[in-house]
Amino acid sequence: MQRIGVFVCHCGTNIAATVDVVAVAEALQHEPGVVISKEYQYMCSEAGQELVKEAIKEHKLTGVVICSCSPRMHENTFRKAAAAAGLNPYMVEIANIREQCSWIHKDKTSGTEKAIILGRAAIAKVHLNAPLTAGQSPVIKRALVIGGGIAGIQTALDIADAGFEVDIVEKEPTIGGKMTQIDKTFPTLDCAACILTPKMVECAQNEKIRIHSYSEVSDVKGFVGNFNVTIKKKARFVDETKCTGCGLCTEKCPMKKVPDLFNLGMNNRRAIYIPFAQAVPKVATIDADYCNMLKNGKCGVCAKVCTAGAIDYKQQDQYIEEQYGAIVVATGFNPIKLDKYDEFAYSQSKDVITSLEFERLTNAAGPTSGTLLRPSDGKHPHTIVFVQCVGSRCDDSKGKSYCSKICCMYTAKHAMLTREKYPDTDVYVFYIDVRTPGKNFDEFYRRAVEQYGVHYIKGMVGKVTPKADGTLDVQASDLISNEQLHIDADLVVLAAAIEPDKSARPLATKLTASMDTNDFFTEAHAKLRPVESPTAGIFLSGACQGPKDIPETVSQAGAAAAKVIGLLSKNSLTCNPCVAQSDELMCNGCSACEKVCPYGAITYSEKEFRMPDRTTKLRRVASVNPAVCQGCGACTVTCPSGAMDLKGFSNRQIMAEVDAICK
Amino acid sequence: MQVNENKEFEPVIVAFCCNWCSYAGADLSGTNRLNYPANVKIIRVPCSCRVNPLFILRAFQRGADGVIICGCHPGDCHYTSGNYYARRRITMLFSMLDYLGIERDRTRLEWVSAAEGAKFAKTMNEFVEAVKKLGPNRRLEDLRCKKQ
Amino acid sequence: MHSDNLKEQVLRSSGVNVLKCMRCGKCSATCPSYDEMEYHPHQFVYMVEKGNIDELMKSESIYKCLTCFACVERCPRNVEPAKVVEAVRLAAVRRQGCNHLTPDMIPSMLDEDLPQQAIVTAFRKYAK
Repeated sequence: MQRIGVFVCHCGTNIAATVDVVAVAEALQHEPGVVISKEYQYMCSEAGQELVKEAIKEHKLTGVVICSCSPRMHENTFRKAAAAAGLNPYMVEIANIREQCSWIHKDKTSGTEKAIILGRAAIAKVHLNAPLTAGQSPVIKRALVIGGGIAGIQTALDIADAGFEVDIVEKEPTIGGKMTQIDKTFPTLDCAACILTPKMVECAQNEKIRIHSYSEVSDVKGFVGNFNVTIKKKARFVDETKCTGCGLCTEKCPMKKVPDLFNLGMNNRRAIYIPFAQAVPKVATIDADYCNMLKNGKCGVCAKVCTAGAIDYKQQDQYIEEQYGAIVVATGFNPIKLDKYDEFAYSQSKDVITSLEFERLTNAAGPTSGTLLRPSDGKHPHTIVFVQCVGSRCDDSKGKSYCSKICCMYTAKHAMLTREKYPDTDVYVFYIDVRTPGKNFDEFYRRAVEQYGVHYIKGMVGKVTPKADGTLDVQASDLISNEQLHIDADLVVLAAAIEPDKSARPLATKLTASMDTNDFFTEAHAKLRPVESPTAGIFLSGACQGPKDIPETVSQAGAAAAKVIGLLSKNSLTCNPCVAQSDELMCNGCSACEKVCPYGAITYSEKEFRMPDRTTKLRRVASVNPAVCQGCGACTVTCPSGAMDLKGFSNRQIMAEVDAICK
Repeated sequence: MQVNENKEFEPVIVAFCCNWCSYAGADLSGTNRLNYPANVKIIRVPCSCRVNPLFILRAFQRGADGVIICGCHPGDCHYTSGNYYARRRITMLFSMLDYLGIERDRTRLEWVSAAEGAKFAKTMNEFVEAVKKLGPNRRLEDLRCKKQ
Repeated sequence: MHSDNLKEQVLRSSGVNVLKCMRCGKCSATCPSYDEMEYHPHQFVYMVEKGNIDELMKSESIYKCLTCFACVERCPRNVEPAKVVEAVRLAAVRRQGCNHLTPDMIPSMLDEDLPQQAIVTAFRKYAK
């Protein structure tokens, strides 16, 4: 039997005005196990807390019930007081007789009656309370950043700046991501490479940062503070430590007809390649799909010309295991495939291109060395039509339901730059809405219209038809003048919707991080915790969480880094002691709890049990990782055998409360 | 259940409130002094998905006249998906209660956010009214548990 | 008929939710008989939403729609404007005295190249 002390607070007149506190203390005095019952003016005051501490020592109390304000206010205060007096803090229960009693009732009789019942329920619960100790789990002071685009780079730099080690895993041969392919950035029009490449170099030179390029995360185990990650380093057939990045092999390779994916296939590269001049790490990679030596063992030119002896045709995929305290997801985005939108003739004409292809066409390092030329005949285009919202804002059956957010601005940029460089060009932009929220964004768009004379037309393009003379007939509606237009265009640029990278969904499964139906990672709270995943220790950076432009991505990357630094600066994490626990003797191994757990805290393993007949038997039973469990209790209700229970809110405790209220 | 000749029927009502939204919503209705009847007694649970349908049946068995479960709005659960589990479980319980012949209106599932003090009070007022209309719960009450 | 009822009828018989329209005008951009029409597909959707159906019923536009379904195919939001046009046409056809074609009008419209099938469909479409 517990020895329980009851303390009823007047809260000045907040409680005492509608609840007869003396009567409550008197009534609860006679409850089973109650050895002392007192009332006091302000229980939460220094003197009130002293009262509790003294009573715990004097009466050797094993449980305390405080009838006062909401536990959301002062539960911690009284738990600390109890702990100071040598009582386990989880032996304290609060009966909420202010917010949920005195403040809502006017009649003193019914108020007092209810307060007594609430006190009884708390006493009934305390009888079944068990001392709980919050566990500690150590924090490994290293972070992993998955994805080496601008989001990942910024996060890694910020974490490294705080003195923690960071690894970047990037699936391409170089870090840099989409931003490397972009020519200029809105609304300031700085050159993307000029602001990005110094950051890439900084990453490579920072001794706290390790870059695993051409690598993927193949497995994640563990939990916050203690992740165990297997990284697959794909075979690039070049020894990274030996390659100097001289590029001789990429000039001598006889296999010249490989589509250059960095330029979106608009020109060709060799089978051994360095994606672009400023690649980090600047190491060649052999494309195994095209290399003659790897395909049929006939060639070996690159090995012959390589003075560093870095070529290794026998290289295999390598798996390395690393430990991290925190993981940042920065897997980024891709433009969608346009094969569903054949009305725009993307697959029929080379002169219908996506906006990202347009970036390459205007980039000095691109396939045309920065001169805007039609991909089909290399001639200068005189009429260019930009089409907005291709695949964005669609019904789910037709495309992406969301707004891709960046297209309005980059199209304004493209249109403006085209008019600036080639004033003889007519530029049309077909828009549904021009969405320019952002600092200096609308001014930028207005400049395109007012200073550069870009023709913005409200309406959508319905059909693009390639004509025999090589031009494109663009049939569109002008909703404001209410007419159907036909424009003879030389080039059509489609603002394709963006979608999360394909690697995001399998990665989310490995991380047990949740995603929405569009495969964007979900944040822990849409407003207040925008860079954390609901899964503890997983953080989100950049477009993997939703469409974002560069400034937004960088600020989110910094925020994610701040959260990671906050986590890594702790030596250990205090776990919530109110977690689920499984009674292994009762568990029937059905896996139902494992399936409902939103955190992946429950695992099953084979364990040996002694049976009543003295034999031993292997049984499959559930166990809960207390560091991962957040204590929601979903598993306890799902468990068919009643083996799963929640500490601090056990079945028996809640039932006891129910009984006390219904009595 | 207290039935007195000269007194109105005062139902016993158990409310399960999740710690993160509805319990805070109940606190808010207190802070704003929004009245609701004293019949409602709140039990704090971490999440609406912690409410085992057995607790509800136990309450009825012990003489409760109504049980209400309050959780975060769909999509707002502190534990991501707990309230969806609760919704499914309570739906199943409803069909079982229907089968047993227990009035549907004695049990209710409501979403109350931490900001909806007024909604909490309104819901409780309505629920107490509805249960009062139904009268005492006799079907599920276990007479062995009845206090003399 | 009261215009609200008429709107209700058009919405029901078309099965279209006009509120899904985001006013991009792609239906009109893709419409092959755009120039023939007084009201264009996007206007049909908008005017039905506003309950302006009488005006549509009086317009020749409802008979100019080829029912080629290009607008249905291309609409990003799956609004299906052609079904709205068809529903307005049906509403007109159902109303007394609104026949667009009478049998005695047909001989003058025939030419040798016109397939028999087209005449039959046209008659089915434009008259009761």
